[in-house]
Amino acid sequence: MEAVNIFVKSIFIDNMIFAYFLGMCSYLAVSKTVKTAVGLGAAVIFVLGITVPINFLLENYVLKEGALEWLDPSLATTDLSFLSFILFIAVIASMVQLVEMIVEKFAPALYGALGIFLPLIAVNCSILGGSLFMQDRQYASIGDATVFGLGSGVGWFLAILAIAAIREKIRYSNVPAPLRGLGITFIITGLMGIGFMSFMGIEL
Amino acid sequence: MSTETAAAEKEVVKESVPKEPLFSAKNKRLLTDPLDDDNPITVQVLGICSALAITVQVQQAVVMSLSVLFVMLFGNMIIASLRNSIPSRIRIIVQLVVVAALVILVNEILKAFLPDISEKLSVFVGLIITNCIIMGRFEAFAMGNKVFPSALDGIGNAIGYAWILVAVAIVREVFGSGAISFPGVGQIKFIPASFFEMGYMNNNFMILPPMALITVGVIIWIQRSRNQKLIEEN
Repeated sequence: MEAVNIFVKSIFIDNMIFAYFLGMCSYLAVSKTVKTAVGLGAAVIFVLGITVPINFLLENYVLKEGALEWLDPSLATTDLSFLSFILFIAVIASMVQLVEMIVEKFAPALYGALGIFLPLIAVNCSILGGSLFMQDRQYASIGDATVFGLGSGVGWFLAILAIAAIREKIRYSNVPAPLRGLGITFIITGLMGIGFMSFMGIEL
Repeated sequence: MSTETAAAEKEVVKESVPKEPLFSAKNKRLLTDPLDDDNPITVQVLGICSALAITVQVQQAVVMSLSVLFVMLFGNMIIASLRNSIPSRIRIIVQLVVVAALVILVNEILKAFLPDISEKLSVFVGLIITNCIIMGRFEAFAMGNKVFPSALDGIGNAIGYAWILVAVAIVREVFGSGAISFPGVGQIKFIPASFFEMGYMNNNFMILPPMALITVGVIIWIQRSRNQKLIEEN
């Protein structure tokens, strides 16, 4: 039951895009068509689903104060958490490189469409943000952490899917010329963010 | 003997190519393009997260911009000088290590000399690591260009990033708090007190993140109506 709560919470209430505005760069740039948006969204779910549990293990068995006790009792007071930034980003970067190779091999068309934004998943704030929130909220087990990672990914996926669908339709409406494309996307995202603020008070 | 002649030939070829002046038209464009035509935030769509998060106050935006300028300049120079020895398969990790090292440096300098602002910015200085403007310029420019053009590109993009950041911060702070606070000087009021007597109220909504998005959207609108060639098809 706890896992279901975490899942729903990370999709709607703590939505990466609308509540924290993380991962905006690729969200804005790859949302021109639904097809590429789905590809990138799936990649983000995959990377978040892998990196959050790996970083959970790192956090609990290497970084946290006393986490190294399993190695030697004398390390019970060692606190390595100042290294968390660089270790998390190393895990994320290697995972992204892996995903890039897989996509290049099995879906070359998608690889071409995603262009520069595939390597940029490594610096997608939502991925590092996912690991940092996991560290911050101290989930009880690796299962909870995985569910949180997947839920955040699904939330990001839904957000980019929604904006891509809106952008495909907005092509048929008469937007003022200078506002077309990026400008109107910013404003729509702002309005969607105001809408998602209504989820904030819900306790799960 | 043969190697000597080859070396001499190389020398001749080198001399016959006219040396590019330090600030040629091409190099100057590297500096000025990112200010308007190729702005990192409004045209290239890079580095949005921090533009939204730290634009509540002008001084935070200025310190953030200077940090990004430092990291961009030295990061671009380091990557440009290493570009031929980085295997493309592991380039992301190499780039991240360079950025992370520079960001740790910036963080320590801020902690030492500007402890107040460093405390306010703490998380976001760390998040320069994941600021896509830096990785984006590494990928798009520094990996394929020499050190000096890369340095100019770094400076140009950092300034292009900075002016959008400061513009958004001014709008949000003036309408959200009614005054801009400067370190050492204190608050300078921009909305006259008579307005408040007539019933004017600060718009607290401007402090919330969604309004940063809408402010950036309006800046893009203004920029594109002045610079018609940036207008997109749909």
